[in-house]
Amino acid sequence: MNNLREIIFGRLTWQAFQHDPIMGGAGVFMVVALLAIMGYVTYKHKWGWLWRNWFTSLDPKKIGAMYLIVAFIMLLRGLADALMMRGQQALASGANGYLSADHFQQVFTAHGSIMIFFVAMGIVFGVINLIVPLQIGARDVAFPKLNSISFWLFAAGMIIINAPLIAGEFSTAGWLAYPPLSELQYSPGVGVDYWIWSLQIAGIGSLISSINFVVTIFKMRAPGMTLMKMPIFVWSVLGSMVLVMFAFPILTATLGMLSLGRLLGMHFFTAGGGGDAMMYVNLIWAWGHPEVYILVLPAFGIFSEVVPVFSKKKLFGYTSMVWAIAIITLLSFTVWLHHFFTMGAGADVNTFFGIMTMIIAIPTGVKVFNWIFTMWRGRVQFTTAMWWFIAFVVSFTLGGVAGVMMSVPPADFQFHNSLFLVAHFHTMIIGGVVFGAFAGFNYWFPKFFGFKLNERIGRWSVFMWVLGFLLAFTPLYILGFMGATRRLDHYDASLGWQGLFIVAAVGVGLILVGIGLQLLQVGVSIWQRKQSLDTSGDPWDGRTLEWSLPNPPAEYNFAVIPTVTERDAFWVAKHNNAQPSTDYEPIVVPENSGLGAVVGSLALVFGLAIVWHIWWLVIVTLVGVILALIISLTRDEMYTVITTDEIKQIEAAREGAAA
Amino acid sequence: MSDLIRVVDAEQATRNERKALGFWIYIMTDCVLFATLFATYAVLHGNVFGGPAGKDIFNLPFVLAETLILLTSSFTMGLATIMAAKGNRHQAYTWLAATFILGFSFLMMEISEFGSLIIDGNGPSRSAFLSSFFTLVGTHGLHITVGLLWILVMLWRFYKHGLKKQDLHRLSLLALFWHFLDVIWIFIFTIVYLMGSLS
Repeated sequence: MNNLREIIFGRLTWQAFQHDPIMGGAGVFMVVALLAIMGYVTYKHKWGWLWRNWFTSLDPKKIGAMYLIVAFIMLLRGLADALMMRGQQALASGANGYLSADHFQQVFTAHGSIMIFFVAMGIVFGVINLIVPLQIGARDVAFPKLNSISFWLFAAGMIIINAPLIAGEFSTAGWLAYPPLSELQYSPGVGVDYWIWSLQIAGIGSLISSINFVVTIFKMRAPGMTLMKMPIFVWSVLGSMVLVMFAFPILTATLGMLSLGRLLGMHFFTAGGGGDAMMYVNLIWAWGHPEVYILVLPAFGIFSEVVPVFSKKKLFGYTSMVWAIAIITLLSFTVWLHHFFTMGAGADVNTFFGIMTMIIAIPTGVKVFNWIFTMWRGRVQFTTAMWWFIAFVVSFTLGGVAGVMMSVPPADFQFHNSLFLVAHFHTMIIGGVVFGAFAGFNYWFPKFFGFKLNERIGRWSVFMWVLGFLLAFTPLYILGFMGATRRLDHYDASLGWQGLFIVAAVGVGLILVGIGLQLLQVGVSIWQRKQSLDTSGDPWDGRTLEWSLPNPPAEYNFAVIPTVTERDAFWVAKHNNAQPSTDYEPIVVPENSGLGAVVGSLALVFGLAIVWHIWWLVIVTLVGVILALIISLTRDEMYTVITTDEIKQIEAAREGAAA
Repeated sequence: MSDLIRVVDAEQATRNERKALGFWIYIMTDCVLFATLFATYAVLHGNVFGGPAGKDIFNLPFVLAETLILLTSSFTMGLATIMAAKGNRHQAYTWLAATFILGFSFLMMEISEFGSLIIDGNGPSRSAFLSSFFTLVGTHGLHITVGLLWILVMLWRFYKHGLKKQDLHRLSLLALFWHFLDVIWIFIFTIVYLMGSLS
């Protein structure tokens, strides 16, 4: 009987669904929210619409929007984790706080993993999908079906990482799951397996995406747009995607090896059997450091678009900007060891990586100066997007200086694993990636919705965010100097840290106010959209091709593919009074495909099955994926052709609506 | 109508061009994956933990036979590509089938090698050396399996539809994949088996 149960359900038992009140409450909340949404969709008879217009859509604008929606929901999840941690550390002076040590460890592991893989990566791929085809004058990405598969693998990974709220527990081994703690011997439960398979599945999606966008950028630029005439955002995406190409296979292999150790008892990183735990740390950071630049390069790109537009000047030092991106891309593979100077690799090795780390700060500094020189003597408009840029420059410079401090190996022995480090990378990732995303959101919002966001509330949200952000992380720098290590679930009262931890908790509260203001900004803007309508398609007097299109762009983006002669192609066209051509040609668009949703669903079940050791289901889903791919790949590709008459009608209707 | 056909044909041609570049890039990412596994093997190959070392378990003549079979399969794959390009369906079909048989023999030999190691108690969980050995060679074997599956699908397409233009393009990508696996095997043969037998 027991045997049969194990064959059917693996290690899944009723006990797995029992949680403590906090975790159980979160799980119940998640299920209720999901059921409520599904109930609403059923009530409105919208499943068919959702399937046809969104889930199976191959339009990169829609796929990008779905990435951003997932990333936003995950941002709320990760933020809830952050609140729990700040609350715990504010309370746990000489006491135990309200979370058990085990639960606290799950919370910080989930916070880190979710924020990096499902918030930051989601934002990056969302923005790339939305903007890159528009900026290079393309109608689509190179491989639309693969793009859809990438998204659904990302979504599957997202569900797997949230599944522990319902069944089992999450990893307690930190966001990078260092062995030997993450080995079977010390983490026998399902937590680390959830972590591995969530990242593995989402990571393969990212890898596929990178190939897609590199080919898109190389092969699908508008005629005349040579590499050195591409918008800087596209350059930054190219750098970022090349990094994904080189870095993510390392992650795939490393997670694979960790998993083989857990499933088949292999010895890669175990202390026994001749494994080498430090090899894991090397491998994971050989992926992990480039990952940092994968996230931040597109944010740099966004700022490089925002600053010139709102300074009414062309970008200062385009060529040096391109070289800075290229050099960062290259050098980001030569600094990974600075994450563990304390490993004991020896003075020579540490010196090399310390110097490389200092060198990589130079191209980043070049970029900061380029942006500032772009503003210099420009007619700067202090829009919300521009305020996000200013907030970014300040925090990024502060965080960058802290980073250079840590690049000095002897000093790093003091900073290593302290809250100083935690403060540093939050300053970089929030100040860089998140502020970049917000700047981009304010900047590109009118392109897709046809009206601008409320500037006044937007500015207030920036101020609250920055204030909260400084209050939340400055104390952590100080605490780090005082010897507070990361990931403490409680500390001795005599250390006198509690005051600073309380300040940090208040800071997170102010960030919450900032987020509330952002939601208010969107709400009010929708409410008052009549007052901020943009019918021109070019609300900011933009410079790049996306602003030449009406809001929102048609499914095919460009009715006629533009010919590019200069950088800032749209700016040049505007000032030459060039009229858009109406020599329409029939347009070929790919038909919707359910392949992505099917492969994603199968991958989701596969991941859950392997976490719970339900082997028959693992085999079934694996065979399912292979069959789905074979069927889809051998079928002749299906296209819809939009004829010239239809294009004329669509374009005329759009002009009518705009006028 | 002819206008539409022209547009769709042009679209198909540019798509194939993109696919070829995309596939090359995919192969490069696979190189990085193998590089990681090679590096792991390089670090761990001495950590035998009281178990056998490479020279105790490698059967060089057997592995040489495996290598020659795989190299020959690359040659037959080349012939299949040439014949298909010439429009000689029968020959293309035959050479592709020969490639499958050779590839399948290679895979069976690898499985038998793994099987006998495991039966002797030298499975992948015996030591770090064996873990990295099984994973590196096994990952190559997994790729060969995917390649064999692909060849089967190709054979079925040729059988059912003849030499369609789109299938010729697919065959060229398959050939690329197969030759790539050959190159990886050369490295495995040299670094794992030859150098392992020396030390």
